[in-house]
Amino acid sequence: MGKKLLFKGNEAIAEAAIRAGCRYYFGYPITPQNEIPEYMSRRMPEIGGVFIQAESEIAAINMVFGAGGSGVRVMTTTSSPGISLMQEGISYLAGVEIPCVIVNVMRGGPGLGGILPAQSDYFQATKGGGHGDYYCIVLGPSTLQELVEVVFLAFDLADNYRNPVIILADGVIGQMMEPIEFPPEVDISKLPPKKWATTGAKGRKKIILKSLFLDPEKLENHNLHLQKKYKRMQEKEIRWEEINTKDCDLLLVAYGTAARVSKKAVAVAKERGISLGIFRPLTLYPFPYNQLKKAVENGRAKGILVVEMSLGQMIEDVKLSVEGIVPVGFYGRTGGVMLVVDEIIGKAENILKEVM
Amino acid sequence: MTWDIKFDFETKFKEGEIGKMMHEAIFAGFGGQGVLLIGQLLSYAAMKEGKNVTWMPSYGPEIRGGTANCSVVISDEEIASPIVDNPNLVISMNLPSLEKFVPRMRKGGTLIINTSLVDKDLKKYPEGADVFKIAATDKATELGNKMAANMVALGALIGRNEIINLKTLKDSLKDVLKGKGEAIIKLDKKALQLGYDLAKEKA
Repeated sequence: MGKKLLFKGNEAIAEAAIRAGCRYYFGYPITPQNEIPEYMSRRMPEIGGVFIQAESEIAAINMVFGAGGSGVRVMTTTSSPGISLMQEGISYLAGVEIPCVIVNVMRGGPGLGGILPAQSDYFQATKGGGHGDYYCIVLGPSTLQELVEVVFLAFDLADNYRNPVIILADGVIGQMMEPIEFPPEVDISKLPPKKWATTGAKGRKKIILKSLFLDPEKLENHNLHLQKKYKRMQEKEIRWEEINTKDCDLLLVAYGTAARVSKKAVAVAKERGISLGIFRPLTLYPFPYNQLKKAVENGRAKGILVVEMSLGQMIEDVKLSVEGIVPVGFYGRTGGVMLVVDEIIGKAENILKEVM
Repeated sequence: MTWDIKFDFETKFKEGEIGKMMHEAIFAGFGGQGVLLIGQLLSYAAMKEGKNVTWMPSYGPEIRGGTANCSVVISDEEIASPIVDNPNLVISMNLPSLEKFVPRMRKGGTLIINTSLVDKDLKKYPEGADVFKIAATDKATELGNKMAANMVALGALIGRNEIINLKTLKDSLKDVLKGKGEAIIKLDKKALQLGYDLAKEKA
């Protein structure tokens, strides 16, 4: 780790991507992530990389397809409406198994929505989004230090699994500043070779990257192969954080910015004599179903409060995890309205009154 | 949508609650007054002094011609949330920001009001608040550029509540204002010192 630097979240994403070996960036401007293409437009030419402001998000994601198919580390970034436009491309990337990193700095929806922070794209990111039986690995970082580490991790996971990785950030993470330390820079020349990539067929058999399988059995087999990969991710890549999960009256479950506000609620509630814990998933796909269930079984929490900057999306995975062994309540604000610590505690108190 | 939550304002303003753990600041004014910049300067200085810090701007559409603000959290411990509900430090560069943020202040905080642009007095200030009024825009104009009013106000805040060393703030200017030229850095240093001295004088 190097020296501490004061960075804005969006610029940290861009710089971390470059240090993780990304030399190809394609994007289209949208608030609240505009500092990323701005930063890339300045830095990429300095290091011999490629920055292209595409004519649309649809073009950008297909440029990612082309670059990723040739085996390089590639990234695109956008915000919620832009991700919707990219869904066709993301489905193709997943189908063809092209590694890439896609960052969604979420804003309020649906439709054009607003420009302020939200977490209302959870379903879209974790349950597919585009057509077909596929998953992207989805990472939901909470602090800016975790964000830069997650960018490095995202490129590694994408390459290891030949799969698109989505970083699900939000307007707070994109716009805020915090001191960070970058992990050591990745030497691109030392990355494992990608024998499947279309690098020019001179002297070897040609490689075709495609998602079209007109023979139903071949397509089913391809899907079974993808499912095996998703199973491997579920076995190996689940990441989460637990704070005070054993000795708490009520367990908060939150990710990203909502988890930060929840952590503050835990501290304030403690001073008021209420014992709260936090279970914070970092991987939203694969989701820590068993880990959350174990945390509830091994602790004394009498209930769960899911906290989201949406009107209730991750709560469905939380309910699937705990299978009714404790009641699951919800607190969320949306449209860019920020979560309020006192409201989290008020809601927690209400649930505790009901179950005690 | 309604929220079945009762606000417990009594508890919220209870002495000492979370107050001892950290400083939570909101700097607010018109877009263009440099309130985001003084937030960044304070954040950078806090980082230099080895503290944990977060800075979060308001980036809504209200920035255009309306009000702008930023939240800064400084703590010796890990910072949970960068979102500030109840600040203990407020710099109010214009009237709308005074009316918006002062009612949300914690008990016993520090409030700096730019009287050059705020000609109205609030009926009530939070209990135990240290309210310091300074004609920041006029003082900056006397120094040669009214744009340094933000620095006068920040200097005054540090004069009333030394959460950061004034020298660290001054030393941070060259990093935060990289590429802005020596003249501006020199002026801002003077403005920080002036605000600090005036606040100390009337302490």
